[in-house]
Amino acid sequence: MSERIRIRLFLAGGAGLAALLAWGLAGLPAFGEFNGACALLINHVVVAQRHATDAVTAVNFDYRALDTLGEEFILFTSVVGLAVLLREQRSERERPPARASEEHRFQGSSYALRALTLMLVGPLVVLALYVDSHGALTPGGGFQGGVLGAAGLLLVFLGGGYLTMRRLSPHALVELAEASGAAGYGLIGFGGLVFAGVFFKNFLGLGTPGELISAGTIPLSSMAVGLEVTGAFVLLWSEFLDQALIVRHR
Amino acid sequence: MSVLAYGTAGWLFLVGLYGIVSSRNLIGMVICLSIVQSSTYVLLLSIGYRRGAAAPIFADIPPGSRAVDPIVQALTLTDVVVEATVVALLLALAVQAHKRFGTLDPNELTPLRG
Repeated sequence: MSERIRIRLFLAGGAGLAALLAWGLAGLPAFGEFNGACALLINHVVVAQRHATDAVTAVNFDYRALDTLGEEFILFTSVVGLAVLLREQRSERERPPARASEEHRFQGSSYALRALTLMLVGPLVVLALYVDSHGALTPGGGFQGGVLGAAGLLLVFLGGGYLTMRRLSPHALVELAEASGAAGYGLIGFGGLVFAGVFFKNFLGLGTPGELISAGTIPLSSMAVGLEVTGAFVLLWSEFLDQALIVRHR
Repeated sequence: MSVLAYGTAGWLFLVGLYGIVSSRNLIGMVICLSIVQSSTYVLLLSIGYRRGAAAPIFADIPPGSRAVDPIVQALTLTDVVVEATVVALLLALAVQAHKRFGTLDPNELTPLRG
């Protein structure tokens, strides 16, 4: 099929889809006027019931914790799938540069840029831990903190070079972090089953709302997911960077 | 205001689809798919908005204050994670396609070659 015919076909189908979309969207409640019963309920009871002040994290890691288990395993399996897709092919071999002078650097990085990015690594990792651990209190949680932590390691690549990043985060360690984060979150679910009789029931003491150690299992779940997400993203980026920098055709 | 909020979502969806159909580069195609997916974030967050309401964080406002819908925000978070994984997998497939066919143009990828 030639490109012109394909685009014409799409324009015809797209016009129909646009009409259907407009029809469907017109049936939604007006912008700003939606009053979902569940949302109202959760906003009213979340602090009293779960002692968490961030309703979004409470939904993710408590009310809807089972869905988050699924979401987490989507991330886990897709990173495994990516590692399988990008494995060493028969016609390829990995060739890490032997000398430090061959270190792969981010193209165009100047000394000042390298110094600045390396200076940002520490604060970013601290921010990641903060966002991970305060998920139940303020905006944030495991997914956001996990991506921040992975970004901290990516900065090592941008500032220091790829081999430095790989030394700091060897594949085996990153895989272990990802797997134990995923398993940890599942174990918290089993904890609910064992100690409270319901899978993913919040089985720990709830503490005082607003304190760091409060809201029962929510901060623990958040930390476990944060570990998994950091591992998953670092592994994902390393696989792509391996393709660009290390893997060579025989 | 409804037209603007929901219209943005619909527009992003259709523009992204057009990009997928007309793209001549697999990586561009993946980016277009992520634009299609980002229309769902706009739609979810627009539905959850309540006029004059605060964020659903009750750290410094009293519990039960008028706040936007936390459930669609949690759904959006799931959506973002799924999008990241889909994009990563498709980009890995693009890497392999480039290795096998030596091109990223989807028109050149014929089933008989390789």
